[in-house]
Parts: sequence; structure tokens; C-alpha cells
Amino acid sequence: MLRFMIRRALSLIPTVFLIITFAFVIIRIAPGGPFASEKQLPPEILANIEKRYHLDESLPRQYVRYLGDFVRGDLGPSFRYKDFTVGELIADALPPSMLIGSLALLIAVTGGIGAGVLSALRQNSWIDYAAMSLAVIGISIPVFVTGPVLKLFLALKHPWLPTSGWLGGRGGWLVLVMPVLTLALPYLAGIARLTRASVLEVLRADYIRTARAKGLSERVVVLRHVLKGALLPVLSYLGPAFAGIITGTVVVETIFAVPGMGRLSVQAAINRDYTLIMGDVIVFSVILVAANFVVDLCYGFLDPRISYS
Amino acid sequence: MSRFRGLVLALLPIFLGAQDFVLNNGTEPQSLDPALITGIPEGRISMALFEGLTVSDPVTALPVPGLASSWTVSGDQRTYTFHLRETTWSDGTPLTAQDVVDAWMRVLDPATGSAYAYLLSDNIAGADAYLKGKGPASGVAIHARGPHTFEVTFVGPLPYALAMLTHSAFMVTPTFAVKRYGPGAWTKPAHFIGNGPYVLKTWRPQDQIVVARNPRYWDARNIHLQSITFLTIEDQNVAFDKYLAGEIDYVTDDSIPVGRIDEIRLRHDYHHMPGSSIYYFVYNVTRRPFDDVRVRKALSMAVDRDELVRRVLKAGDVPTAGFVPAMGGFRTAPGNGFDLDRARRLLAQAGYPGGRGFPRITITYNTSARHKLICEWLQQAWKASLGIEVQLHNLEWNTFLDTKQKTHDFQLARAGWVADYPDPGNYLDMFKTGSGNNDGRYSNLRYDRLLARAATLPPGPARDRVLEEAESILVTEDQAVLPCFFYVTRFVLDDRKWGGIHLNAIDSHPPRWWYRK
Repeated sequence: MLRFMIRRALSLIPTVFLIITFAFVIIRIAPGGPFASEKQLPPEILANIEKRYHLDESLPRQYVRYLGDFVRGDLGPSFRYKDFTVGELIADALPPSMLIGSLALLIAVTGGIGAGVLSALRQNSWIDYAAMSLAVIGISIPVFVTGPVLKLFLALKHPWLPTSGWLGGRGGWLVLVMPVLTLALPYLAGIARLTRASVLEVLRADYIRTARAKGLSERVVVLRHVLKGALLPVLSYLGPAFAGIITGTVVVETIFAVPGMGRLSVQAAINRDYTLIMGDVIVFSVILVAANFVVDLCYGFLDPRISYS
Repeated sequence: MSRFRGLVLALLPIFLGAQDFVLNNGTEPQSLDPALITGIPEGRISMALFEGLTVSDPVTALPVPGLASSWTVSGDQRTYTFHLRETTWSDGTPLTAQDVVDAWMRVLDPATGSAYAYLLSDNIAGADAYLKGKGPASGVAIHARGPHTFEVTFVGPLPYALAMLTHSAFMVTPTFAVKRYGPGAWTKPAHFIGNGPYVLKTWRPQDQIVVARNPRYWDARNIHLQSITFLTIEDQNVAFDKYLAGEIDYVTDDSIPVGRIDEIRLRHDYHHMPGSSIYYFVYNVTRRPFDDVRVRKALSMAVDRDELVRRVLKAGDVPTAGFVPAMGGFRTAPGNGFDLDRARRLLAQAGYPGGRGFPRITITYNTSARHKLICEWLQQAWKASLGIEVQLHNLEWNTFLDTKQKTHDFQLARAGWVADYPDPGNYLDMFKTGSGNNDGRYSNLRYDRLLARAATLPPGPARDRVLEEAESILVTEDQAVLPCFFYVTRFVLDDRKWGGIHLNAIDSHPPRWWYRK
């Protein structure tokens, strides 16, 4: 088990190295640059600025310099936000994204699994139809519709909630409600459908028939045997979903003015903020790989056929 | 429940004795260091935190005394002697004329990497040589002639000198703090030192910046707000919803959503007046068919700018076929306005009667709802009136800049310009042969000579006539650009509740004068 974990952790190194290299090249190919503006700078002034950020050096040298700084844990200064380093910006933007992401995922997982199991156990009942119709709606309505609609009813028509903003402002913790709900909805719907399908399949499996034949109570059958088997597909869905949801989504963050990673990354790309884009890409990829790793570990607990020793 | 919450929110500031004013400031500022900033959101905050020798008047937008209480001008109008107020930085350190010298030298220092260093190097004697490493620091004609006497010598008799000094590049920054804490750290709330009406309290990237009244400001007793919160919201609809819900007090020009103008312009709290930024298209005069002046003129004469502004944009922008807004004694050139008959004749003379044989042309613009609307309107207008085919090509911002400025790979491109300081020369200089902002690569030696002459003339009618002649070459004779309209300047504010914010042509609203009625 430990060997497996160490091996996986080590495999992160070449992955991140490859990602840095790809990102570095792709960003530099994009037209424009971090200091382009509608009012062009006189050449000698542009030269001064580029020198300050080592953009006057050759690309391979910049690449080696970046790798060197990265190994020392330095993601460099932001080219756009001149008073901040990339590390400081990400340290500020990650917690808000993680907070609404984890809350949304919590709601999505509990609500989704609950609704899915209930629908499957009461297949073709009105509960099943109602839950699954809602799920289809949840999946098919994009967040850029749900967000503004929620805002229209809960904040503008009725002043129950602040329209947007973040903790520490006038709105208090109520600012969390709408972004978390908006973000949770599609995941909740997805998990509900996945769980239902998976539970239905497991219910027909031989080992469930065996469990029932042994005379186990329905409660024990469902909780101990059905659920354990049925959650495997949900789990593989959750890995990437978790990475995606906690690293921020630009649409929800924009609609509700959440100071998170999604907005930061999009602005970085628009501004050609080379170092900040690199930092974002690295954070995203590390979290994605780590989330998949955790999912792999969980398989070991849920699926008796998988063993890491 | 909701009414109760509203009541508590409304009463809370009274109980706390605080007057907080909240506005949306748009995108996250690039920096709070006035030596490094270039954008509008940054400029707005810098006026709260720092002050230069002169500041712009909230009503007229003309320069009035700031850190300098008075000044004298030499006979040749090149040397200005400023008398500074006896005041201190926000940490209590006395502010002297040497601080002004140090602050300006820091902007010029190549190691600072200031984008607006050219405002100093273009205008102050000896500064250009120093910036380019060809002259000594001692050659820059700025001097402290006493603890509170500051002297600067310009390269010529600049008619716009006092207005230019209100610009953020000329603000006074604490170089001792920059040295002590280092760049990037001195602008953080923990170390912040300034000389403006407000000091920095909180800075949360992508969320908000809060400034609080500076009790050591020289005019502190006339600063009436306890604090100002600048929110960082890029999306205009999100910001405007916040205003509708009463969460912010002031929607600036750049935060008004274009798509909702029909609804907004009917509001009692919508204020607008003609501004001084120009919206235009630039011809690449080196590319067929725009190397022919008749074609350039024909296209301009086929644009009904009144209809564009009234029926399409509906925001109150001012149609123009000229390029430079009227200011002082300067009058805008009439240019080649809407005249379909002449447009068709010119196109025929150029060899394209009824649009026959005219190559398909492309308008390049950066992605935005407003630009798209305007370009589509042009496309159908030219098709209907001249019978020519137009393609639209929209590009993401940085790609657009690259195409327009570096590769010049366009035929007709959208452009906009807002002056750094109110002077006609600032609009016309960019079309000089070889100028960095001359994206269409226009060149006319007569035009260049007129601008060179204007630079040597003192302010007054003679200089205005020379500049007017240059403008008329640009837009009437050569039609190097296709001007459309002067942007309207506007904001949304309940002026029964808040005061000190007034409409003016350059859209300058220094926080120093804001108050609650």
C-alpha cells in the first residue's frame, strides 16, 4: 500500500514537468504579450519593462529560469498584478473556490446519492419520476441560466439574499447560498442519475440475491451490499468532478463575484500574464492528479477485487 | 423579514457613525503604485491615495492646486516654480520638495519599468536623455529649491502643463517607503504610506479595496466620507444588479452594461454628457483598396453617424466626422460627413461604379457586444448604399492588438483614443510619420511639419489654428481615419443622497470631493 502511494506520488513529477513545458510553449505561441495595450509604449520604455521581467532573454533561458524558480517553490511575480507574486494571488483565490466547491459537492453527494438510491428502490414510482425529471432539468440547464434566475428571484425581486460578493462584505455568510446552490445543482443531478442506474444494476446481481437468500434484512442488504457496489461508478465520476469543482468555475464566480480561481485564471489568460497562467495550470493539474489518486485509494476499500499490496 | 433586514442595514452605518461609500471599480488594479499604473480603475484609486502638485476640479475638470498651493511661471513659459503646502505623509513624516524630485526620478528610472515614463521624458528638459541612458540624472530639470519650493523646466511652453501634472505619473509617492519595504510590499495595507485624502485599509485581490479617511491629509476637515469600498467586478451586469439591490452606491461609466441601456437611460439617476474620447476606425493606407483616398472618403461619406448614434447605440454619444473634440479655442474639423451622392461618385471615380469590381474588405475588431453591433451596422449600411461586400473579423483582445499594432495585418480596424491630458496635440501626435501608435501607417510630411510647429508655440489662437489645419489634413483631405462619435461620459448615482461627483468631459471624479448629502 505504502509502496503504491510512493510510486504514485513520484509519477507526479514527470507529469508536472511535462505540463509546465507544454504550458510554457503554448502561452508563448499566443499572439500579443503581457504589456500590449491600445496605447502603444515607446520602444525604450517597453524594453525597460521587459528587462525587469527577464523577457529580453532567450526563450530557453527563460524556461530554465522558470524551472529553477519552480523547484525552489517560487512561482514568480505576476506580470499583470505588479504588487503580488503568483503564489500570493493563488493563496488568496484558492480558498474561496475550495469553500464553495466543497460545500456544493457536499450537497451534491448527499442529495444525489440519497435521491438516486431512493429512486432505484422505488423504481417507476412517483418519487422516481419526480426525482429523475428534476435531475434531467438539473443536468440540462446550464449554470449561466440557473445563476441569474436564482439571483432574479432571491435577490432582486425579493431582497432575501445579497446579489453577489464575498465574505467580509456587507452580505455576511448569506453570500454563499446562491453560488453554492448554483454550483451544486448540475453535480447533484448527475450523481442522482448515476447512482440510480448503478443501484438498479447491482440490485439484479447474483450476490444480492445470495444476500437476500441468506435472510438478511432489506436494510442490511441495501446499506452493506448494494450501496458499496453501486458507489464505484459514482466514485470514478467524483475524482475529476472534485478537482473541477474546488478549483473554481469561471461562470459561477463571475455571476456572484466570488474572488476565486476561475476568474483569476481567465483574467490571466486574457492579460497574457505568463507566470500567473503557469501557476494556475500547475495548481489545477496537481489537484486533478491528487484527486484521482484519492479515488484510486477509495476503490481499494470499496471493491474487494482491487488490492494495492 | 426582508424589510427588517433592510432596516438594520440602513441603520447600521448611523449607529457606527460611519459613512461608507461603495462603488464598483471594474477589473482588478494592476498595482496601487502610481508610477506603474495605466488603466482607469487604477487611476480612480490613485486619486484617493495620492496627490500630485495639481488636481483636477470635480466640476470643470480644470487643474486646481493640490499639493502645491500656488505657482509662478517664467517669462518663456518653460519653468514652473511650485510652492508646496506644509504637510506630512500619512505616517507623519514631513513631505518636502525633495520628495517630489525623488518620486519623479523614480518614474524615469529604467529599473522601475514605468509605462507612463514617456509623459515625463517627452516633456521635461533633460529627462529623455536620462531615460535612454544617454544623460545623467543631474541633467533632468527638476529641483528642490527649498523645503517647500519645487522647480521644473519643460522642453517648451507646454499649454497643457498644469493639466498634465494631475496625471498619476506625476503623483508624489514615498520613495523612502519604496526603499524600506520594496516594490510590491509598500503598497500593501500593512506598510502603506500616502499623501492623499484616504489611506489604504484592505486589499483583497478580485474582491475589494477599502480606503479610510486620512486624518493627516492637509484638507482632512473637508473629507466627509469615513471610508470608500472599491469592489472588483469585471462583469457589468453583475455590478448593475448590485446597484439595483442597493448594495453599491455608484456605477461608473465603465460599469454600465451596454445591453441594458434602453432601461438605464430612462432612470432618474442616470447622468450623461458628451465626453472627449473618440471612437473611430483606422484605415491601413498601405493596403488596397484603402491606398486610394477616394475610397477612404467614399466609405466615410456613406456612414450616417446620426442614425448610428440615435438608433443603434442610444446612449447619447455625439456623432462626429472630425477627430479632436473642441477644447479651449480649438474647434473640431467638420470632416467628410454623410453625403451618399458624393460617396457614390467618389467610388465610381476610383474605378468601382456601383461597387462593381470592389474587392471584399474586412473590418477587424476586438470581441465586444458594442463593437459587434457597430460593425454589423456598417456592414449592412455599406452594402445597401455602396454595394460593397464587407466581412467582419473579431479577435480576442491581445490577438487584436498584435494584428493592429505589430503585424498591421488588417484593412480597416476599430480603434479608440482617450487623451492623457486635454490638449489637441495629444490626439494628433499619434498620426505622425513613424509614430508608435500610427497603426494604419499614415504619412504626410505637411502634417508632420504642422505638428512640429505647434510644439514650439505657446498656448493661444495661433497654436489652435495650426492644430486645426493638421486635423483637417487628417480627416478631411487625407481621410486617414474614419471617425464615428465621441463617447458619452456617464454614471449612475442617486444625487439626492450623494454629492461631489459631477459630469465633466474627461470623466474625472476625484474621491476627495465625494460626500453624503
